[in-house]
Amino acid sequence: MTSLNELTLAQARDALAAKKASAVELAQAHLDAMEKARGLGAYVAETPEIALDMARRSDQRIASGEAGALEGLPIGVKDLYATKGVHTQACSHILDGFKPAYESTVSANLWRDGAVMLGKLNMDEFAMGSSNETSFYGPVASPWLPPGWSADKARAALATKEKAGLLVPGGSSGGSASAVAAHLCLGATASDTGGSIRQPAAFTGTAGVKPTYGRCSRWGMVAFASSLDQAGPIARNVRDCAILLRSMAGHDPKDTTSVDAPVPDYEKAVGASIKGRKIGIPKEYRVSGMPEEIDALWRKGVDWLRDAGAEIVEISLPHTKYALPAYYIVAPAEASSNLARYDGVRYGLRAPGRDIRELYENTRAQGFGPEVRRRIMIGAYVLSAGYYDAYYVRAQKIRTLIRRDFEAAFHDGVDAILTPATPSPAFAIGEKTSADPVEMYLNDVFTVTVNMAGLPGFAVPAGLSKDGLPLGLQLIGRPFDEETLFSVAQAVEEAAGPVSLPKPWWA
Amino acid sequence: MSVDQATVRRIAHLARIAVKDEDVPHLQQELNAILAFVEELGSVDVEGVEPMTSVIPMKMKMRADEVNDQAGADVIVANAPQREDHFFTVPKVVE
Repeated sequence: MTSLNELTLAQARDALAAKKASAVELAQAHLDAMEKARGLGAYVAETPEIALDMARRSDQRIASGEAGALEGLPIGVKDLYATKGVHTQACSHILDGFKPAYESTVSANLWRDGAVMLGKLNMDEFAMGSSNETSFYGPVASPWLPPGWSADKARAALATKEKAGLLVPGGSSGGSASAVAAHLCLGATASDTGGSIRQPAAFTGTAGVKPTYGRCSRWGMVAFASSLDQAGPIARNVRDCAILLRSMAGHDPKDTTSVDAPVPDYEKAVGASIKGRKIGIPKEYRVSGMPEEIDALWRKGVDWLRDAGAEIVEISLPHTKYALPAYYIVAPAEASSNLARYDGVRYGLRAPGRDIRELYENTRAQGFGPEVRRRIMIGAYVLSAGYYDAYYVRAQKIRTLIRRDFEAAFHDGVDAILTPATPSPAFAIGEKTSADPVEMYLNDVFTVTVNMAGLPGFAVPAGLSKDGLPLGLQLIGRPFDEETLFSVAQAVEEAAGPVSLPKPWWA
Repeated sequence: MSVDQATVRRIAHLARIAVKDEDVPHLQQELNAILAFVEELGSVDVEGVEPMTSVIPMKMKMRADEVNDQAGADVIVANAPQREDHFFTVPKVVE
């Protein structure tokens, strides 16, 4: 028999409804798996008492016929979401000991619908990174074995602090992706500022959706770049993402950028026919130096959608190549402003100083890791007197051009756009730590345009590299038309066939 | 455009991040790598283009001007690394 933690979220939901398992049994199966998988580093805080307590209450509600849409389903929460009284540090040293007195809207929505919290998930510090190596709590290992590695060799690497040579799960939602792929939760909350849901999903053979900007409330999420940040789920398949997003999304008076529009039942869109849907293939995404296996996967995706009845059209998004550089002005600028709040006075770490200025400067030097310091400094520079127009205003103008490219394609009748999710499969921990930070930034070359234009994007597992590592395709949709994305993503998932996730060599 | 070491120190001060002397050269190198990466934006024709202010066109919502969510002073100072009663404490600011 399959262990309970290996069920998909939809299967677990149905098993609970049919009384084939209890919520407590389901939670316990996950807690046991988490304990054996501590070496992966996916969780930074486990909350077994909360999980079992929530599960007991779920069992009562199931018994009395009051079950919610996610009743009894164990979920992991990215450390970026405020969870009342529970570790919330965005995996930064500067938030040491911080326990919020409030709950983020997105996590509160999950608990409202009956979900069970297993713990807090590792991530890049303040969501700044593409490999989960910038976390104060250390890197996360992907459950996928590096090519040619034996389980013994991998277990030995897992026992070290550096975990060098094991594969990264991607980032910034690396803990979420690793935990979902290793069956340490049925699904996880994640967040996406430049690709932080979609790139880790692609690296781990899981599915992840970044909804339209404004679809989910950002209230109670630790802010990185407020005009780009958006919540979304990572789960083991398209349907599970649909179930989770329906609960996470919705209007919230506490976030003025959250949109007051009804949340559809996304699950109904899963499996809907895509016959006659127009799928755009943007020629600018055929970047130089792209590995042949990525291009081949993309062509395969085109064939799958054509076979499912979609109409394929070549489109042009001429400003694509400017998206990543413009992002590295806009995002650091907003980060330098958002992260000004960490001052050693109101919460978190405090490093002593002779005067208030030294207190601020010492606290922030000790509390922020190198990547976060770098981005704050770039942000401060591009916003400083004399450079604001040349950098920041120009980048925001380019953002307008990027959005117009997409609007033109959608105006011409394109329903969704198909691209690769990442320019390569997962790389090794410690592999990209050169003096040039830009090398890491290039991971987000296909995903970042979507954030710059506020659009929904979906990463769906689509196959394996020649070395047997997962690869994903990305679908980009019209604003607030996540339903079409769910339908098209399901068509890709069905054509690609089920992912066979790694067996627990780490246990 | 690239930054010199004096500019690196100035930016670090603007960002309120203490920087050790030995860190300045590699910070300069990293910041310049990022600035070189974004340099190609200078070649884009942005004449007459409005800078983006809201990624999804939406009207700013207004709320009633009334007190809500009164957490209380105990809750507000609960996470402070140093406090006295209901006050955050800092080194002396005014002589």
